Amino acid sequence: MANATSTHTHTGTSQPQLNYLTENTSLKDWLTTIDHKRLGLMYLAAVMAFFFVGGALALLLRLELLTPKQDFMDSATYNKVFTLHGAIMVFLFIIPSVPAALGNFVLPLMLGAKDVAFPRLNLASFYVYCLGAIMALAAIIGGGVDTGWTFYTPYSTTTDGPVGLMAMAVFVLGFSSIFTGINFVATVHKLRAPGMGWFQLPLFVWGIYATALIQVLATPVLGITAVLMVMERAFHIGIFDARLGGDPVLFQHFFWFYSHPAVYIMILPGMAIISEIIPVFSKKTVFGYRAIGFSSVSIAFIGFLVWGHHMFTSGQSDLASAIFAFLTYLVAIPSGIKIWNWLATMYQGSIEMRTPMLYAMSFLLLFAIGGLTGLYLGAISVDIHLHDTYFVVAHFHYVMMGGTVIAFLGGIHYWWPKMFGKMYNEKLADIACWIIFIGFNVTFLNQFMMGSQGMPRRYWTYLDEFQRYHIGSTIGSWILGFGLVMAAGVLLSSLRKKEYDAGDNPWGSRTMEWETISPPITHNFEGQPVLRHGPYDFRVEPTPATVAGGRH
Amino acid sequence: MSTHHTDSHHDTGHHLHGGPKVYGVVLAALLTLTIITVVASKIDFGSASANVIIALIIATIKATIVALWFMHLKYDKPVNGMIFASTLFFLALFFAYPYIDTNSRTDVKPSNWKGPAYMPDSGSAVRGIGANFPVAPAPPPPGAKPAEPAAKH
Amino acid sequence: MSSHAITADHEAHGHGHHDPNLQHHFAEMGQQFECSKIGMWLFLATEVLLFGGLFVGYGLMQGQHPEAFKSAHHHLDWRMGALNTIVLLISSFTMVMAVWSAQTNNQKALIRNLILTIGCACTFMVVKYFEYSHKYHEGLLPGAFYSYTGPHQNAEFVFFSFYFMMTGLHGIHVTAGIVVLCYLLYRAKQGAYNSSYYTPIDLTGLYWHLVDLIWIYLFPLFYLIS
Repeated sequence: MANATSTHTHTGTSQPQLNYLTENTSLKDWLTTIDHKRLGLMYLAAVMAFFFVGGALALLLRLELLTPKQDFMDSATYNKVFTLHGAIMVFLFIIPSVPAALGNFVLPLMLGAKDVAFPRLNLASFYVYCLGAIMALAAIIGGGVDTGWTFYTPYSTTTDGPVGLMAMAVFVLGFSSIFTGINFVATVHKLRAPGMGWFQLPLFVWGIYATALIQVLATPVLGITAVLMVMERAFHIGIFDARLGGDPVLFQHFFWFYSHPAVYIMILPGMAIISEIIPVFSKKTVFGYRAIGFSSVSIAFIGFLVWGHHMFTSGQSDLASAIFAFLTYLVAIPSGIKIWNWLATMYQGSIEMRTPMLYAMSFLLLFAIGGLTGLYLGAISVDIHLHDTYFVVAHFHYVMMGGTVIAFLGGIHYWWPKMFGKMYNEKLADIACWIIFIGFNVTFLNQFMMGSQGMPRRYWTYLDEFQRYHIGSTIGSWILGFGLVMAAGVLLSSLRKKEYDAGDNPWGSRTMEWETISPPITHNFEGQPVLRHGPYDFRVEPTPATVAGGRH
Repeated sequence: MSTHHTDSHHDTGHHLHGGPKVYGVVLAALLTLTIITVVASKIDFGSASANVIIALIIATIKATIVALWFMHLKYDKPVNGMIFASTLFFLALFFAYPYIDTNSRTDVKPSNWKGPAYMPDSGSAVRGIGANFPVAPAPPPPGAKPAEPAAKH
Repeated sequence: MSSHAITADHEAHGHGHHDPNLQHHFAEMGQQFECSKIGMWLFLATEVLLFGGLFVGYGLMQGQHPEAFKSAHHHLDWRMGALNTIVLLISSFTMVMAVWSAQTNNQKALIRNLILTIGCACTFMVVKYFEYSHKYHEGLLPGAFYSYTGPHQNAEFVFFSFYFMMTGLHGIHVTAGIVVLCYLLYRAKQGAYNSSYYTPIDLTGLYWHLVDLIWIYLFPLFYLIS
């Protein structure tokens, strides 16, 4: 039934229709494009390149940790490498990953729009991202930074190295993120297809919308925090330096005012992808549409209220810690709502275990583990024990990697046929997914165990009794790395196909991006598409791509 | 597309609001409030915080006037006002938490602590600045407190 | 204004008559205008939070060193601050009048009001220059550069750190505003804006009022604490 709608409108005519990939293909056309689809692909390539770099750094770290003695990195190098791993993964990969890459590509298509609201701002966002990336690379080449990605004072204001440049890179990257956010909010407000109200939006749009709100409201504070830190470092302005009467804990407040909501910049788009994949492969209307939509917005909101749970051991007052701990538990409510709604969607659905669905299943398991271990860390007394151990490392990797990255991969597999019109080898992709899932768990379950026994994070050496966990974790990282390379290989090898063989709607989805041909034409749709059915209305036949054509 | 004659406004169907008279009155009100805030700062309202609060209230009235009339929020689509209001909400939140924290901390300073040093260590001198820094704080003016109070007020 | 009504429809996928200012992905001018406005308000939101970080820092540091802040503010001349407040308020008025002139198709008044706004903005910067150079000569500078030798309290340099960061960032915004306003003036002289298309004037106006609005708070916080 998945192939029931793969009528090739474009192959039906004698001349192959030009699409966004084949029209105007010079390098200049690509570099100056304001087409959201091309920008999405450019972002995809860029974030994937940095994912590769960050992943390679992670493998190096794991290799060094294979034995408790110094193998090939000294402690200073180790500090720089884990800082770079964190900074690259957070600022250059995961924050722009789903919104800027997939969101850019899919969001206007889902709304039936020709482009995002401000296409030139979108292009600017990409180049600002590139500028920030170059600054970050310059900081790496100029000696590297050893502060950790959090830049905590007083260390960051006193250590040597190009910390200022790295902080300014973060400042610049923040602007890229802001531009994307502004664009998406305005697009969702004003460029919905006729007939598409707020509650006919696909849930991916709800998730991206909530993400964009955080990007707009939180990121400027990161910018000013970076500036203040650099000012303190360069001019001793006296805000964060206790010797001058300042308050180092204030830096943590400033930093986490952005960076905790940023955690939801990372996970909400992942949840958004899962909300698309699960109903499509269960062939069933999503359970609790409004609950999922509103839970996205409420996660975004509550995400602003809980930042102090990163600071339980920092010298923050007990009163503040108690308030933050209490509010932290509130996040579990909308997250739980989502999980149960996804499960209820699958209940009695006719589930097809295609590759994207396999990733969605992995997400559910891994995110549940990551989310539930977060409850331990949200409890003050337990957190005192677990703070700055590998338990924390494992927890946020389960959420960020097991949650967002797995969902991102699922999303790439889901929209790949739409992006390139070509289907990958699903059997191999499934195997890659399994390898990633196994490798991930081997890597990080070990870290939960050693963390709960007191193995501190960010150390290049450790007590002998932790070695068995470290060996397990390092072997897991190899499996995980192999799985990721394999998944990339499977996807990229599909591009060698000569024909567009994927069909316009290979999964039988009901959202609007599937109502144009694959790959889409430059203006997305022939004319203005009109909403004909809900995004998850599987009682009706999907609208074929031909119907959208010729409409005005 | 332009269906109606447009010496009034563009084709969104909006109607014109405001106008020189309204804006003139608004400007006069803003200038008056500026004078009031200067005068109020010269009056002692009992405590320093009372004066700050009064000054901020007047500033907020001015800001509201600017937002409603000059920035057209009074006549605009509610969504723009909502964006602005939620921004102010998050700003308040941003201030409130660190404020609660710094005012409810248990003082854990060492018993021999004598206030902040107000001088750089050699580390900053290495970076070439700090020469201008008041290494030995100048004697405080008569009547002022000898040093920054160590405990929170 | 009917020039756009006779514009030929070049686009193959057109929907009747096109305003030349209408971008291809919008259905009509109203949608484009409202969309731009939402975008601008979101940008203003980011500006508020950018300054907000400094305001929060100022507020908390003022709580740490109340005496030092009080004594430091005597180095600022409230008359200069008040003058700049009045100048900025007047510029806000001329800016909103520029928007009104565009809305009512009054080209002459549009150009006049833009020039007046730019004039006020430059006046503001000139006053700011005199204030800054006075502080510079006295050594009332931020952080480690603070070298004032007269009687002062320990943490006064923190006050001047914030004074220079906040008024400096504000000054950067005023300067950026001047550049944008000059561009608008250049375009307005070409007759680019009229009652059916004045989005850039309107958006710049919003930005300009926000710059004014931030100054409305900076003035009492720095010049009038007592």
